[in-house]
Amino acid sequence: MKLNRRVFIGSGAAAATTLTAPMAFAGGHGKPRVVVVGGGAGGATAARYIAKDSKGAVDVTLIEPSRMYYTCFFSNLYLGGIKTIDDLGHSYGTMAASGVNVVHDWAIGVDRDAKTVTLAGGASVPYDKLILSPGIDFVEGAVAGWDLSSQNAMPHAYKGGSQTELLKAQIAAMPQGGTFAMVAPPNPYRCPPGPYERVSMVAHYLKANNPTAKIIVADPKSKFSKQALFQEGWAKHYSGMIDWIGDDFGGGKVSVDPGAMTVTIDGEVTKVDVCNVIPAMKAGRIAELAGVTDGKFAPVNAIDMSTKADADVYVLGDASQQGDMPKSGFSANSQAKVCANAVRGALTGSRVFPAKFSNTCWSLIDTNDGVKVGATYEATDEKIAKVDGFISATGETADLRKATYEESEGWYAGITADMFG
Amino acid sequence: MIALWMGFLFSTQVSTREDRALQVNLGTMFALAAFSFTGLAQASGMGNPDLGAALFKKCQSCHQIGDQAKNRVGPHLNDLFGRTAGGLEGAKYSKSMSQAGRDGLVWTEDTLDSFLESPKSLVAQTRMSFRGLKDAEDRANLIAYLRAFSKEEAPAPELQATGQGIDITLDPSVLAIVGDAEYGEYLSSECLTCHQSNGSNDGIPGITAWPTEDFVIAMHAYKQKVRPHPVMQMMAARLSDEEIAALAAYFSDLD
Repeated sequence: MKLNRRVFIGSGAAAATTLTAPMAFAGGHGKPRVVVVGGGAGGATAARYIAKDSKGAVDVTLIEPSRMYYTCFFSNLYLGGIKTIDDLGHSYGTMAASGVNVVHDWAIGVDRDAKTVTLAGGASVPYDKLILSPGIDFVEGAVAGWDLSSQNAMPHAYKGGSQTELLKAQIAAMPQGGTFAMVAPPNPYRCPPGPYERVSMVAHYLKANNPTAKIIVADPKSKFSKQALFQEGWAKHYSGMIDWIGDDFGGGKVSVDPGAMTVTIDGEVTKVDVCNVIPAMKAGRIAELAGVTDGKFAPVNAIDMSTKADADVYVLGDASQQGDMPKSGFSANSQAKVCANAVRGALTGSRVFPAKFSNTCWSLIDTNDGVKVGATYEATDEKIAKVDGFISATGETADLRKATYEESEGWYAGITADMFG
Repeated sequence: MIALWMGFLFSTQVSTREDRALQVNLGTMFALAAFSFTGLAQASGMGNPDLGAALFKKCQSCHQIGDQAKNRVGPHLNDLFGRTAGGLEGAKYSKSMSQAGRDGLVWTEDTLDSFLESPKSLVAQTRMSFRGLKDAEDRANLIAYLRAFSKEEAPAPELQATGQGIDITLDPSVLAIVGDAEYGEYLSSECLTCHQSNGSNDGIPGITAWPTEDFVIAMHAYKQKVRPHPVMQMMAARLSDEEIAALAAYFSDLD
C-alpha cells in the first residue's frame, strides 16, 4: 500500500493499524528508506531485489561512484584474450527500471546515531536500513615494497576495470622470453581460485604470443583452491612455463621493488617484466568507517547479514565475515537475496523466509577446459555453515570440460542479468 | 538437397491457402516427398531404430513418445514427420520456434538431421536445451526411432513402451502438493543466479513456463540423483517436497 497523507488521515483507525510496521521506520518522510553502498554483485542485487519486490513501498538508493561496472569475475578471461573488456562492462542505466535510485558518488562516512551516509559531494543521505557491499581494499604493508602508489608499475588487477586493462597491456608488451611474476594473497581473499585461473589465462595468452616466456608465482599459502585441477591443467597445456613457489619453498618470504622491477623470493632476486601484486585484503574502507568491522572484515549474523555491531547496518559479500562461504560474486549475490528478503520484511511486514545460501565458482584453465567447485550453506546461530559441496574431478573428458565452460558463460549472463535487470 | 529445400518452400506457400482439395494434394505430395527423403537416408545409411531407442534417453526428460505420450516440457513426438515446427496445439514453444514454423520449417528427415546436429544453429532461440548429436550415425539412428512413431510408418511394437519421461519413484501425494508461489518466488532467487528469468538458455537451460508436474519430477530426479549434474543434485538435495512444489508453482507462471 502506498503511504500518502490523505490516505493516512482519511481512513481512520483500521488503516493506522495496518501502517504500524512501516511507520515505525518511516520517520515522518513517507516511505522507509534503504541505502545501499557499492554496486557490485552484493549491492546491485540487494538494491534491485528490494526495489522490485517492494513495488515502490521502499525507497532504495544505491551509492556507487562508477558509471559502468566492470566485473572482476571473468576478468581473467579478458587477460587470456577470450573475452573483451566490453564483455565485462555493465551500465547502471537499467537499474532505474527496477525502481532503484542510483547516485554516482563516493560514500565517505556513516553516522549510525543520526542514521545518515555522507557523500564526497557533500550530501547526507538518511536511511532506515543501510546495506554496505563495498568489496575489498588492500592491507597496507602486506607486501614489502608495494603500496597503492605502486599499482601502475605493479598492478593488482583485483578490482575490475582499469587495473585489469593495465595488466593486460603490460602482458602484451612483455619481451619475448620475458618473465611474468605474481605475488599471490594470503587467506582469506576474494575469489579463492582467481589467482590460479589468472595464471592459467596469462599462460594461455603467452603460449600463443610469447611461448618462451616464464611465469613465477610467489605464494604465502602451501595449498590453494582447485589445486589438483589447476596443476593437472598446467602440466597438460603449459608444460614447463609455470613455476609455483608455495610457502613450503619460501613463497611467503617475498618483497618487491617497483622501481627496479624486481621480486625477491626467499632472498633470491629476480628481474621481471610484469609483476602482478595481489596483497592481503580487508573490507572496503566504508565498512571500517562505519565502525562495523572487527579486524579486517565485518562480522555478520548469518540469518540476515546484519552486522554484529548494528542491527540496522548490513554487510554483504567480500567485506563480510560470515563463516564458511568463499568471498565471491556468486556468494555476494546469494547473500544479497537473503538480506533483501529480511530487510523488506522488516520494513514492510512482507513474509520473511528461511536463509539459504549457495555458491559455485567456475574457472577456465585453457580454451574450453572449464572446472568448477560449489557448495550450499545454511544459517546457524554461529555462522553461515556449509551443508554440501562438490568439485570437478581430475581427468574429466574434454566434452564435460567444454560443457562446464559453456555453463560458466550461461552463469555470467544469468548473474549479470540478476544484478542489473 | 536443393530439391528438398524447394519442396519445403513450396509447401509454405500452399499451406496459407484454404482450398481443401489443394490441401489433399499437398498431403499426397508430402507423402511422396517423405518417401524420397527415406530413399536418401537409405542411400546414406539408414538408421537403426533400436540403437535410436537408447539415444532417446537423452530426450525423454522433456519429450514423450508412443502410447499416451503427452506434451511435457517439450512437445510429444508422435507423428513428428510432416509436422510444422512449433505447430502442435497445446505444446509450449519459444517465439523463435513458432516463427521458424511460420517461415515454413517442417520436420523431415533432413530438417531433423540439421536440428539434432546443432539445435541452436537451426533455430537460434529454441527453448530446447540440448547440445546436439555430432555423430551422423547417431542422428540417423535417433531419426529412425522417431520415424517409427510417425503415421506414415507402422510403429514397431517393441518400441512402443519407451519414452515416457524420467523413471523415478515419486509418491502421488508429492505431485499433488499445491505450491506456495510467494515462497517459490523467494526460493527462485537462488535459481536466478544462473537461470535467466527471460527463459534464455545459452549454456544454462531455461526453466520458465514448464508444466508444474514436469518441474517437480525433474527436481526430484536431481534430488534422487537419477538426473545427472553436480550443481543441480546439490541444489535439489536440500529442497523439501513443499519447496520444490513452491518453485514449480512460481516458475510455471513465468513466461
